[in-house]
Amino acid sequence: MQPLVEVNNLSFGYGAEPVLEQVNLHLHPGQFAALVGPSGAGKTTLLKLILGTLKPTRGEVRIHAAGDHRESGPRVGYVPQLETVDWNFPVTVEQVVLMGRVQMSGPWPWPSPVERRLVQGVLEQLGIRQFAQRHIRDLSGGQQQRVFLARALVAQPELLVLDEPTTGVDMRTAESVLHMLGDLNSKGMTILLTTHDLNAAAAHVPWVICLNRRVVAQGAPEEAFTEPVLNETYQGDMMVIRQDGMLFVQQRPHGHGYRSVVPQPVPGDVPALAEVRA
Amino acid sequence: MIDFWRPFQFEFFRNGMLSAVLVGGLCGLIGVYIVLRGMSYIGHGLSHAIFGGAVVAFVLSWNFYVGAGLWGFLAAVLINQTVRRTRIGADAAIGVITTASFAVGVALVSRYRHFTRSFDAALFGNILGVTGQDVLVILCVTVLVSLLVFIFYKQLLFTTFDSAVAEVYGVKTAWVDTLFALILAAALIASMQILGVTLIAAALVIPAITARLMTDSFNRMIVLSVGIGALTGVLGMYASYYADIASGASIVLLQASVFIVVLIITSLQKRTAHRSINADIA
Repeated sequence: MQPLVEVNNLSFGYGAEPVLEQVNLHLHPGQFAALVGPSGAGKTTLLKLILGTLKPTRGEVRIHAAGDHRESGPRVGYVPQLETVDWNFPVTVEQVVLMGRVQMSGPWPWPSPVERRLVQGVLEQLGIRQFAQRHIRDLSGGQQQRVFLARALVAQPELLVLDEPTTGVDMRTAESVLHMLGDLNSKGMTILLTTHDLNAAAAHVPWVICLNRRVVAQGAPEEAFTEPVLNETYQGDMMVIRQDGMLFVQQRPHGHGYRSVVPQPVPGDVPALAEVRA
Repeated sequence: MIDFWRPFQFEFFRNGMLSAVLVGGLCGLIGVYIVLRGMSYIGHGLSHAIFGGAVVAFVLSWNFYVGAGLWGFLAAVLINQTVRRTRIGADAAIGVITTASFAVGVALVSRYRHFTRSFDAALFGNILGVTGQDVLVILCVTVLVSLLVFIFYKQLLFTTFDSAVAEVYGVKTAWVDTLFALILAAALIASMQILGVTLIAAALVIPAITARLMTDSFNRMIVLSVGIGALTGVLGMYASYYADIASGASIVLLQASVFIVVLIITSLQKRTAHRSINADIA
């Protein structure tokens, strides 16, 4: 099978210092993969190289279109890190989502009835249709994440790329986002994301790529998430725990010289845990 | 009682009024993109750069609009490219490129002192000097800019919101930035005669930030900004005529007054909303 994304001997640096060295990676149609690694490992840079907004210093990135897009090139949907978004920009949820159709829509500034229906459908699918006319700032973190996912989906992409979709949202929202991505993948969409949440990646993503300037290892989480691989990737002392068919990754705790102060409960305050148990 | 039709018997007032409305609306439209791009200083800088171009055009005996327009466009493109290709921020790039360009103009003016007075209008605006040809140029620029904003509305919106992501979605952002530089240079040239180099920046920024205070919708912001720009153009012209003050100054002072009023009202509305939320919690 021809890969959808082909990264061959890719190297890149913003200055003299290389950020990525000799990266080789294939992403096949229908694959769901997570790029993991410490801050500064080159995850976002690799995404930008795949998306074509950066040019490699050496090597190449090839994206092969399949099916209907063979002529026009593959459609790519991109969800950036939420912290890069200007939340004070005066746009509604619907306007943001419509941006995903920017190169596909007609010549008029306003959306066609077909486009409006498409947007409504995607918002409905993601459970945020009722917020279509709201300002993007007036939503919770999870809803905001869905808005940008909706923008990517209205482009009807073959490849969906997400930069840290689980960062800055609570655990339940992160779970729900990954579930949603799993659903999309089960319908055939190729997905590549970056994440710092190794446990969520182990639980929800079938293929992980450990990156620190170069690809340290890749494979199913059960195979790739081993202590030697993670120690090399994170340059730390990582611990892998397997229990009840699940896999947990944790930085091995080290003793700290902190003072243990037990606060006294304030009268009328929430009862302490010990009192609740009693 | 003031007879609002009386000044219209004078050709200079008719030309001035039409120009003020068009320039007010035009600056209001462009201002929305400038403010949202976080480049509020660009109007101030580019208008100074264009002054340099105007002097060079005069020295080389070129047409004012061609020389100044080309100079302003190149300065705007240079600013965009500096920001894109280097680590220099927009504010610093604007500062360096436009002041250097202005300095060229000042140097030439001081070298050829005999035409210094000719540039008073360019610096401070002179509504009395607006000719039929100037009105025609302003009208053409306004129609052209409005058409371009209408045609490239989606691309401009996406590039203004998030240029890096817009590129991923297929928008040629470098091209959009160049188009915007062209639009901005054309708008500044058209506005120079009315508002003068020193007041253009205010006319670009004030209606847009006033509109931003009034709405969270991009489309409404455009309509409000254009409306405020055009309306203060009309009222500023009357104020200029009856109070006998410079037209550019009267238009900008009116815009600043509207901004202050809107700022007070929106701040009070916010405070009232917070109070009612606190009362609900209590």
